[in-house]
Amino acid sequence: MTMAEKIDDTSTAKRKQVRSSRVPLSVAAGILWIVVIVFLALLADQIAPYQYTALDLPRRLAAPFTPGHLLGTDELGRDVLSRLIYSVRISLVVALCATMISACFGTAMGFAAAHFRGRIEQLILMLADFQAAMPFLILSLSVLAFFGNALPLFIALMGLYGWERYTRIARSLAITASAQGYAGAVRQLGASPSRVYLRHILPNISSTLIVSMTLTFPEIILMESSLSFLGLGVQPPMTSLGNMVGYGREYMTSAPWIMFAPALLIVITTLSISLLGDRLRDRLDKGLQ
Amino acid sequence: MTENIVELQAISKSYATRRGLFGRRVPVRAVDEVSLSLAKGQTLALVGESGSGKSTTGRVALGLERADTGCVLFRGTELPAADTRAWRRMRAQMQMIYQDPLAALDRRLTVLDQVREPLDIHEIGSASERNDKALAMLGAVGLNASHAGSLPSELSGGQRQRAVLARALIMRPELLICDEPVSALDVSIQAQVVNLLMDLQKEMHLSILFISHDLKVVRQISQRMAVMYLGRIVECGDTKDLLANPAHPYTKALVSAVPVAGGRTRERIILTGEPPNPAARPTGCAFHPRCPVARPQCASVSPAVTTLSNGRSVACHAVEIAPTFMGAEA
Repeated sequence: MTMAEKIDDTSTAKRKQVRSSRVPLSVAAGILWIVVIVFLALLADQIAPYQYTALDLPRRLAAPFTPGHLLGTDELGRDVLSRLIYSVRISLVVALCATMISACFGTAMGFAAAHFRGRIEQLILMLADFQAAMPFLILSLSVLAFFGNALPLFIALMGLYGWERYTRIARSLAITASAQGYAGAVRQLGASPSRVYLRHILPNISSTLIVSMTLTFPEIILMESSLSFLGLGVQPPMTSLGNMVGYGREYMTSAPWIMFAPALLIVITTLSISLLGDRLRDRLDKGLQ
Repeated sequence: MTENIVELQAISKSYATRRGLFGRRVPVRAVDEVSLSLAKGQTLALVGESGSGKSTTGRVALGLERADTGCVLFRGTELPAADTRAWRRMRAQMQMIYQDPLAALDRRLTVLDQVREPLDIHEIGSASERNDKALAMLGAVGLNASHAGSLPSELSGGQRQRAVLARALIMRPELLICDEPVSALDVSIQAQVVNLLMDLQKEMHLSILFISHDLKVVRQISQRMAVMYLGRIVECGDTKDLLANPAHPYTKALVSAVPVAGGRTRERIILTGEPPNPAARPTGCAFHPRCPVARPQCASVSPAVTTLSNGRSVACHAVEIAPTFMGAEA
């Protein structure tokens, strides 16, 4: 092989690499959608044409594209588009807070298990197994039925969703790092446990945890929707995506738009976040090699 | 004789392993009644095959793990328990070098950050002083400013080991424990790192416990050496003397396995039998199933360590009865 051929060869290889590192269309669309959704949630007050509780009784169950009501109205004449925009805000806030709580709590438990080992580790792993074995929907149903459902309680409950995954990931990675890797070396330098875990282990495992968060996030949106659909989640007059689907189901035959708009939004949003998470996993794993 | 920087007094350490899913817990004696001492400014080499407990001995000497019985004296006082404040403060005086430098470094931090880290941890000097000190230390191990700003993954194996060395030495420790520091490196790089280690030792009056299975490196770097077999020291003495006149049959076999330049002049002793398994330790002398000079007594009675007149200590029944090397009479 001559030099020129070799150079040519490497340049094609490079071009191939560039092509593979370009963001695929589906992922780009997903990111764009997430940006739009976040934008909607942040500026709901400015964007929504009506308040989500504003009634327009003369025009109840108006079909989509009615002048003044782009996506139609529901059984009380409330604008579906406005309600949708406010629902996105509530659902995102619930899902975001819950994911954060779940990630922080789970990771802390994982680190505690890795640090103390022995009985504490057994106990934490037992709790994680319990969490994984227990159908979460039933657990939350019973908690909400007993304690009523204020929004903070609801968010805290959703924050319990999926913590065991972070615990397992954080525990196993921290143990590996301490056994013979960088964390053991830093401990040996005299670093306090908080320094070892927060400055060294956490940044090193954060990519894995972030990917795990993108998996939990849509699941929490779906869980919130299911609970709201069953009437145990977000309570009227407050509105959320699942809540809209739940109350819209009574009019499924006569006014399907009440239910389809939020349902479609749930599908597209969760799909977008999953696509983004998939992409992140590919990228961040590559970065670690 | 100068004072001992570290002294291991009859330390034992065993781990519990489970055999099979429902098996009973079987204790495995990794280190069994090991006594060693390292004089200030000297290098003691600890050799033995894998599983002989040399790394565990190193970790116990450093206080990373606590011995089940026996005690570790560092400059005459016993080591505090691991992960206590006092133990953490002592880290400045005793450090460790690892076999795999890439695993021992944090991949996300630059070399400078990591070399500076001990100063940050022990809060020494201001931020700019720490940087200067770290750069100076990197210079001392042969790394320049451009290396300082790079990530561990951007360096070669030898450079990484130099970075680990810089991080270990920046606090000017008195004791350095090297756990197979060069076995993951190329032979040419090995020589560089070993030479660097010896230069730094002279400069900083370091005492080194050098754990290795490479007798060539051991011969070059150490003044005294100890040979371990299945958690016990079988022979200990002056490195040159020990390599020239090994007394214990296991040491003899080890020494005979080292290739000699310019043709083989010694007869090679080839050991037969199973390689040692700490979970199924033979009775009596642990080496007797593979020993070419084993006698009936060896299978039942564990040989005591006897000190010969030239400072050599050996644990072997055969040697006690008939010293086979000239040094014994001297």
